[in-house]
Amino acid sequence: MTDINNHIEQKLLHGYLDGELDLDRSLDIEGHLRKCQDCSQDYRNLQALRSAIRTKLPYYPAPARLRKRLDSMLRQAAKGDKPQARSIKLWPWMGMGVGASLVLASMVLWSLGTTLWRAPMENVLVGEVLSSHVRSLMANHLTDVISSDSHTVKPWFNGRLDFSPTVKDLVAAGFPLVGGRLDYIDKHQVAALVFSRRQHLINLFTWPANQEKNQRVQNLTQQGYHVIHWTQAGMEYWAVSDLNEQELQEFVRLYQ
Amino acid sequence: MQETEKLSRFEEAILPHLDAAHNLARWLVRNDHDAEDIVQEACMRALKYFSAYRGENSRAWLLTIVRNTGYDWLKQNRPKELVTVSDEDQDSETVDPVERFAKEMSNPETLLLQRADEEMLKKVLEELPAEFREVMILREIEEMSYKEIAGICNIPIGTVMSRLARGRKQLQQCLAEWEKQG
Repeated sequence: MTDINNHIEQKLLHGYLDGELDLDRSLDIEGHLRKCQDCSQDYRNLQALRSAIRTKLPYYPAPARLRKRLDSMLRQAAKGDKPQARSIKLWPWMGMGVGASLVLASMVLWSLGTTLWRAPMENVLVGEVLSSHVRSLMANHLTDVISSDSHTVKPWFNGRLDFSPTVKDLVAAGFPLVGGRLDYIDKHQVAALVFSRRQHLINLFTWPANQEKNQRVQNLTQQGYHVIHWTQAGMEYWAVSDLNEQELQEFVRLYQ
Repeated sequence: MQETEKLSRFEEAILPHLDAAHNLARWLVRNDHDAEDIVQEACMRALKYFSAYRGENSRAWLLTIVRNTGYDWLKQNRPKELVTVSDEDQDSETVDPVERFAKEMSNPETLLLQRADEEMLKKVLEELPAEFREVMILREIEEMSYKEIAGICNIPIGTVMSRLARGRKQLQQCLAEWEKQG
């Protein structure tokens, strides 16, 4: 692990900074950093470099004209399409041979038998929550009320919803509030609260739960997004973001 | 797959990562105009190959295509910028005078970084070779794992780690030099 001068190999120090080393190695390095002033100074410098890069480096989001260009490109591509009604494939096995469909049908029946009805319900919900998140980023309809002040956002929902969402102020923990909007999920009007972390956005959807019982936190990853779901004090909470999983978990912990 | 369905699935997979795509392209070619062309070209390629996309990590998938498109563009238009870097470990090499200078000043680096302004950081990062710049952007800005970066840049995970180490070291050195020159 260490070189001839008894310092941590440079490469490993970077692996440690990036959280990419296995536990044993990380513990070794932690121990060494406590004892060795040179290495711990090197490490502090790397941390300072990282935070300078993350806070000061320009980020170049896709400009509106590029989005327009892509839009017309995609419409062109769609022109080659035959004007057919869009069919939704409800029965994916319809095109298959009889044998295959029997096998599949029995598999489906078996899985229905073994899973409680909740599970497929949840999958549908995950899809809804995820596409609400994606839509809010795509359609430029992220917020109805833009404010970093929880005392502005919370009252805004009054009269628009039949419940009052908890709006926490997490700016001190590095999750400033961006705003809120109304959304529609699982046949409910829901509150969508938007928080940010660097250039990442978090949508937190909340609405009254069907049951009072608190449900433990569930994590999911789909299409590169992380989704965390829990219920608490009679409310459903769904947090969605492209932020890394650890930080999204931290956000959820703070919110609970 | 029916065309309209394919298109809407495509939009759902790709559009959320357009900012990341543009940011990466912009850092690769360092100007707005070419970056936009590259993203557009990359999206066309992505659409073409969309049937091969398996629905996994769509951000990494798109960024891989953007990165390859960017490299093709650089090869054609600015071949000099693509000097192949050697990925041998440089740890055993003698200490660079600039680095020694920085160490001798009993560690002004942390302070220096706090003072470093946006323009200066941007400049020094732009001066790094593309191979280092891209791993820096993917790791520090997009916060991707070594494994994802290795996939995008088509290099082994160990090389990701050593390029990050060298890239960061060069940044620190350039910043120290900048400071020295005033």
